[in-house]
Order: sequence, then structure tokens, then C-alpha cells
Amino acid sequence: MLQGINLACVRGDRELFKDINFLLESGGLMQVRGPNGSGKTSLLRMLCGLSHPAAGDILWEDQNIRALDSDFFAAVTYIGHLSGTKDDLTVLENLQISSALAGMEISTEQANDALHYIGLKGREALPVKVLSQGQRRRVALARLLVCKTSLWILDEPLVALDVMAVKLVRGVLEEHLQQGGMVVMTTHQEIDISAASIMELQLA
Amino acid sequence: MLIWIIKRDLLLAVRRQSDVLTTLFFFIIVVSLFPLSVGPEMNLLRTMAPGIVWVAALLASMLSLGRMFSNDYIDGTLEQMLLSPQSLSLLVLGKALAHWLVTGIPLVLMAPVLGIQYDLPGDALAILTISLLLGTPVLSLIGAIGAALTLGLRGGGVLVSLLVLPLYIPILIFGAGAVEASMAGVGFDAHLSLIGAFLLVSLVFAPWAAASSLKVSLE
Amino acid sequence: MAINWFKYSSPASFYSLAGKMIPFFTVIAIILLAAGLYVGFFVAPTDFQQGEAYRIIFIHVPAAWMSMFLYVVMAFWAGIGLAFNTRLSAMFASAIAPTGAMFTFIALWTGSLWGKPMWGTWWVWDARLTSELILLFLYIGFMSLQAAIDDPRRADKAGAIIALVGVVNIPIIYFSVQWWNTLHQGASVSVNQAPSMATTMLAGMLIMVFASWMYSIAVILKRTRIIILERESHTAWVAGLQKKGTVS
Repeated sequence: MLQGINLACVRGDRELFKDINFLLESGGLMQVRGPNGSGKTSLLRMLCGLSHPAAGDILWEDQNIRALDSDFFAAVTYIGHLSGTKDDLTVLENLQISSALAGMEISTEQANDALHYIGLKGREALPVKVLSQGQRRRVALARLLVCKTSLWILDEPLVALDVMAVKLVRGVLEEHLQQGGMVVMTTHQEIDISAASIMELQLA
Repeated sequence: MLIWIIKRDLLLAVRRQSDVLTTLFFFIIVVSLFPLSVGPEMNLLRTMAPGIVWVAALLASMLSLGRMFSNDYIDGTLEQMLLSPQSLSLLVLGKALAHWLVTGIPLVLMAPVLGIQYDLPGDALAILTISLLLGTPVLSLIGAIGAALTLGLRGGGVLVSLLVLPLYIPILIFGAGAVEASMAGVGFDAHLSLIGAFLLVSLVFAPWAAASSLKVSLE
Repeated sequence: MAINWFKYSSPASFYSLAGKMIPFFTVIAIILLAAGLYVGFFVAPTDFQQGEAYRIIFIHVPAAWMSMFLYVVMAFWAGIGLAFNTRLSAMFASAIAPTGAMFTFIALWTGSLWGKPMWGTWWVWDARLTSELILLFLYIGFMSLQAAIDDPRRADKAGAIIALVGVVNIPIIYFSVQWWNTLHQGASVSVNQAPSMATTMLAGMLIMVFASWMYSIAVILKRTRIIILERESHTAWVAGLQKKGTVS
């Protein structure tokens, strides 16, 4: 259960948003909407603990995430604007290393399975720098397939993806939600995901 | 975790060997410039050698500090590391050790060769190498703090030198001092022990300070 | 009478409190400065070894003390700001840095002026002078780091970390330089054995130390006020000040 209480965000002198309240229960999807510069990314970074709200509290299972620290991180996967992949490493190395650094070592078979599923079959040994934008995005999203976290925070996960990939991602998200996971995401694309509860959070 | 991060950074260094070689050649060039500027008088060069090699090592190590975090910052992998449930200090320690393996070790290996150019006696060469072996990890560890603080800032490269070089001074004094002491025939153990002490202290505190700096810089 | 000190930890109330305190400290600083300089330059006897040139210590020694002391104070407030997330202490630290750097520079400059008649050279690699030079580097590092960061919150925190790292390192650096200096004793002159001082000399110096204190407090308060105005320019109370025309 993720809860936000009276969250506010200040960038320089400007207040991006304030008094944001929400309660996301297990199996729930929260879509954050708003025009460019309304603070969507800032909000997501706050929710995953990268930055601190100017005011308000974020609670995970009724405890402040600042107090939980690494216990909270163990429950979250964040995929941001930046893909979080190294250009000089191969697709397979990227997935294995990023999982290991996130505290989850995976075998080569597991990694290969995930990469095949996300549509990168035959590209496991290529360095990421030769891939297209959409393919890089897939490498990043492959982490969702191998991680065992319950809260996924996704910043524009569908950017640069083709129709097939969007469908794939939708399937992955729906399965995660069905198993009682939670998803917070921003997207400009219309996507209908079925979930136990769907919330929309509108920023300015 | 520690193993993974070191493995990763070494793998990246292998894929980008030019980065490693640039640092090493910078070190060699700086050391080679001094005879050209002060003249080939061997006695003078011999007395200056420990200082020159150490200053060049300081500069070379500092030159590569910018890369310690900034590449990971640009592609978003640093963000992911901050969100890892593993201890961030441990991660920073891993990155500093990898930095040392990639930049420090080549300097240590090259130092005796450069020392010969300066006609250092055998004992002094050995002490020079040992002092660099003990001292260069400290440079990487302290440097990690500066690199973390200047992450993503304009003019970060020059700024990091302002922040880090004054903190390098004790290492410089005792590193070069050890070699001078051995050349003068006095005991150099105390110098080396002190560098060892600095190494232990910075192993404990620097990763922690650098980790806090990273959190500040990425907020 | 119980004073609620926390009231003054808010920038708005501190701003007005500091405004009232500045004239007080300025006046004391001027009086002490005049008294100290008078004692130093006219009352104190001529030194039998160093002649009149020694009188520069009335500026040099207080400046050197202040330079070191202010760094510790700066690191203290920066650390408080980092630990308790109090904005005002971080602003205070930023306000201290330029004054500390100025005293460091004065100490170096007067030290060099003193060195010329004493040692016959403008600069010697004496342990104290060298440490003072490194202290100047530390101040400059702190200020440049803060200046390079646009976001004031990040600037505060990053500055605090480097100030704390610096303060931990100062003893190590000082000790290293001392050692280095004794190793290379032949090349330098030691200024360590101060001859026993006449009472009037000591008095003059202490007065100058207090004058420097009062000056520092006044200037730091003034600078803190300016930083507060800059940082809080979007708030209602600063807008109110501007309307009243009390922002000087």
C-alpha cells in the first residue's frame, strides 16, 4: 500500500504542485497525468525515494519511506526517462548486471528468457549502442520481467515502443496487477489496462 | 554487490581501453616534461624525481575522476544504483576500487620505469612503487567525494580539482617524503605507515561521504 | 524571561532580529578597531629585535586566528544545516565563507609583508604559512562549489559535505605540513619561538581580536540578510518588505 499525504514539490522558486493525496492499494494502477512541466517526473522520483518532497509524507505499508530506506527500495522498481543501460555492455550483460545491482542475481537462462519474451531474441550479445531507441527501451523494460518487486514506478514506459511492444508491456503490467502488484505510471499514450482499481492523478 | 560493481566497471574499462591509456600517457608525458623545463642535470633531477612522479600521479588520478560517476549519471544507471536496496556506501567503495584498478595500478606499474629515467637508485624505486601502491587508492577514495559533489555541474572538471587537490596534500607529502627519506638513508617506515593509516581511514569514511554526496547531487 | 530561540530560526524573524543587531556590532567593531590600532601602533613599545615592523602582528595574528576559527564555525553551521535540515544555518555557513577567506588572505598578505623585513623574502615555506595557504584553497573550493550549483538546496548540502570533509582534514593537513617542514628545516626559517610579549602588546592584540570578532559578526549578519532576501524573494513577507520600502 502506497500512500501520499499532502505532497508538495518546489523547483527553484516555483511550486510545481501541492496538496497531492492518494492511496494506492495492492492490485491498483495509478496513472499520473498532466501537461509538460507539471511535475510528473518529479512526483515519480519522489515516490521512489530519489528526491524528497518539499512538504508532506510518503508512506509504504504505513511507514515513512525515508525511515524504511533500503527496505523500501527492495520493494520498488523504477524505470525513468533514462534507460539505465550501458552503451558498451551487451544486452544480456546489461540485464544481468542491473538485476544484480538491484539485489537480484539472475541466471543466464532467466535473463535470456526475459529477453526473448520482450522481443530481443538474437540480440542478446549485441552492445546496446547499436540498438534502436525502441529496442533500448525493451532492454530497460526487461527488468520488470525478472524483478520480484511489488511496486513499479514507470515514467513514460511506452515511449518509442511499437504496437506489438505496447501490447506486450500491457500484458506484463496486467499480470503484475493481477498478482497483487502496484503500478504508478505516466504516459501520453492512451492505453487501457484492466486492473482491480484504476486511479487517475491529475497534476495542474 | 561489491564484486558485481567492480566487475561491471572493469568490463566497461576493457571495452573503452582508450580511457585507461589516456590517463597513463598523461602521467608519462607530465613526468617527461620536467627534465625539458629544468634541464638534464642528473643530480637535480634525482632530487626532484619523487615529487615530480607523485604530483603527476595526483594529476593523472584527478583527471580521470570526472568519469567515475558522470557516465553512469548520464545514462541513468546511477539512478538505478541509488535505488538499490544494497548499501550505497558499499557501491561507492566498489566504484572507487574499480577506479583505482583502472587508473591507479597502471601508474604504479609505470612508476619504476619513469624513476629509471630520473636515475633513481634501486631502493628508491622500490619505495616509490610501494608508496604509490598504498597512496593511489586513497586518491581514488577521496576523489570519489569530489566527483560525487560536482556531478552534472558545468565546469565540474576544474571544480573537482579545486575541491580535491588540497585534500590530497598529506598523501603527497608522505608519499614523496618516503622516497626522499630512503634516498637520504633515513627510515621511511613511518611515512609508509602513515599512508597506510590514511588508507584505512579513507576506506572507512570516504565511501560514506561520497554516498551522501551522491544522494545530494541526484536529488 | 524565557526567550523562544526557535522563533529566530525562521528566516523571516531572523531577518528583523539581525537588522537590529547589525548597528550594535558595527559600532563596537569600529570602537575596538580604533582602540586596538591606537594601542598597537602608538602605545605598544618598539620590539628590540624586530623594530617597528613587528607591529603588523596586530593585524596578522587576529586575521590568522579568525581565518581558522571561522572555518570551524562555518563547518559547524553547515553540519547543523545538513543534519537538521534547517535553512538558516546553511545560509549562515555560506555567509561566513567570504569573510573567512578574506581573513585568510589578509593573514597571508600581512605574513608576507612581515616576512620581507624579518627573513628577507616575501614568502617562505613555513609550516604555518603553508597551512594558511591550503586553508585559503579550502575556502575557495567551498565557495566555488556553492557558486556552481544553481539549486540552493543542493548547494547548501553539497557545501556542507565539503566543509565537513575539510574540517576533518585540517588537522591532518596541518600535521602533515608540520612534519614536512621539519624534514626540510634547512630551507626555511621558523617563526615559532615568539618572544615573551609585553603586556601592552598582548592587550593591543586581544583588542584587535575582539574587533575582528565584532566585524565578522556584523558582516556575516548583513550577508545572511542578503542571502535570505535572495532565497525568499518569492514569499509574502519579502514582498511586504518591498512594499514598505525597507529593503535597502
